[in-house]
Amino acid sequence: MEILSQIASELECGAHEAVRALTQSALEQELEAGVILERGLLAGMQVVGDRFRNHEVFLPEVLLAARAMNAGLELLEPHLGKAVALSRGTVVIGTVQGDLHDIGKNLVGIMLSGAGFEVIDLGKDVSPETFVDTAHETGASVIGMSALLTTTMPGMKKVIALLKERGLDSSVRTVVGGAPVTEEFAREIGADSYGFDAAHAVECVKELVG
Amino acid sequence: MRRTFEIPVAAVVPSGAAVLRAMGGTTDRSPGPRVERLLEEALEEFRAKAEPRAVTADIGAREFAEVYEGAGDNEPSSPLLAIFPRAERLALFAATVGAELSDRIAELFDAGRPALGAALDSAASEGTELAGVHLDGLAQEEARSRHAAGPDTWALRYSPGYCGWNITGQRALFAALRPDEIGILLTDSCLMQPLKSISGVMVTGPAAIHEIADDYPFCPDCRTKSCRSRMRKIRQNLRKEP
Repeated sequence: MEILSQIASELECGAHEAVRALTQSALEQELEAGVILERGLLAGMQVVGDRFRNHEVFLPEVLLAARAMNAGLELLEPHLGKAVALSRGTVVIGTVQGDLHDIGKNLVGIMLSGAGFEVIDLGKDVSPETFVDTAHETGASVIGMSALLTTTMPGMKKVIALLKERGLDSSVRTVVGGAPVTEEFAREIGADSYGFDAAHAVECVKELVG
Repeated sequence: MRRTFEIPVAAVVPSGAAVLRAMGGTTDRSPGPRVERLLEEALEEFRAKAEPRAVTADIGAREFAEVYEGAGDNEPSSPLLAIFPRAERLALFAATVGAELSDRIAELFDAGRPALGAALDSAASEGTELAGVHLDGLAQEEARSRHAAGPDTWALRYSPGYCGWNITGQRALFAALRPDEIGILLTDSCLMQPLKSISGVMVTGPAAIHEIADDYPFCPDCRTKSCRSRMRKIRQNLRKEP
């Protein structure tokens, strides 16, 4: 359908006003919200994500596209039943206890949403208990943790230990990232995956949820 | 001597290209008009909200050795351990571009404007680095205005959290420098607030003392490798000296 291609195309350009107008128009044409989401918004974000991974577009272009996607999503949400809502899986993300940096974590959240995941962003300075309780209560399959200080990195290990203690480590997988975090550190603490940047973190989550 | 002062905003405004680079702009192509507009808007916000200021305090080598030692968490060997005893002058410093920028960045993300928020965040990070560069320049000028300083005298910053100086060293540094006077506080996890702040020691001395090997045990984990560009810059500038 032409209008879905237009939505995807305008989204790729980051034109949020156009995406909003086209999404409204698609709804007025009685297209199903789930179809508009999958073949319009998510299809456009997929292209932008692929281009970003191939270094063909800049991060701001990804974020402008994400804003455009949200503009369309706001209109679709009242029409989306739970069953067709963003359904690739639920990911709980946050910056670990003691750390107040959140830009990198925010970018991961935006990119995960753009890739079709439901994201529960716990914000910054998040305790291990909050990470684990939230993942358990929401049925999340992945916890994503960010740290920007060597002093706060041990918080990641505490979350993983708590998951094990509660017998949740096989159902809730973990991905860690942040400037001082290395693949070796991720291995040492028993994290399931390590994302070296926001785009890579999304790939890690995709792999973890299969 | 200890002093607190404001840094001119113009000295810390980064270029749009620098902001884009800081956002991971790794492609060869030019940004499109939307991105250009975004960068302009971010820099306008930056100019409006930035409140750059700094505090510096001279410190003797013996006193600095105690500050450097901190809680004893440093790597057994580090570049700074070899550099600071050969310095002509040491000064603790801290600088910030202010808290308003961080508040505005959070507002933008909350308002669903992540592109502008991320661009402003990168502008603020670059601006913070430029505040440090401004301090480098001041230290350099001061050194050269003193008769003792040779033509190859060079001032460079070293900070806790880098190159073997453990981030817990911030505690001793803050106790000695007291940057709370310009609004920079330290959390229990050694995080500076406002987030867009820098601190460390300004080492002034012959350029050669800043030449370091990048084969310390912790070097492979370093993502920035900024020591290489710093040394390259020194060499380039020395070649330009009359």
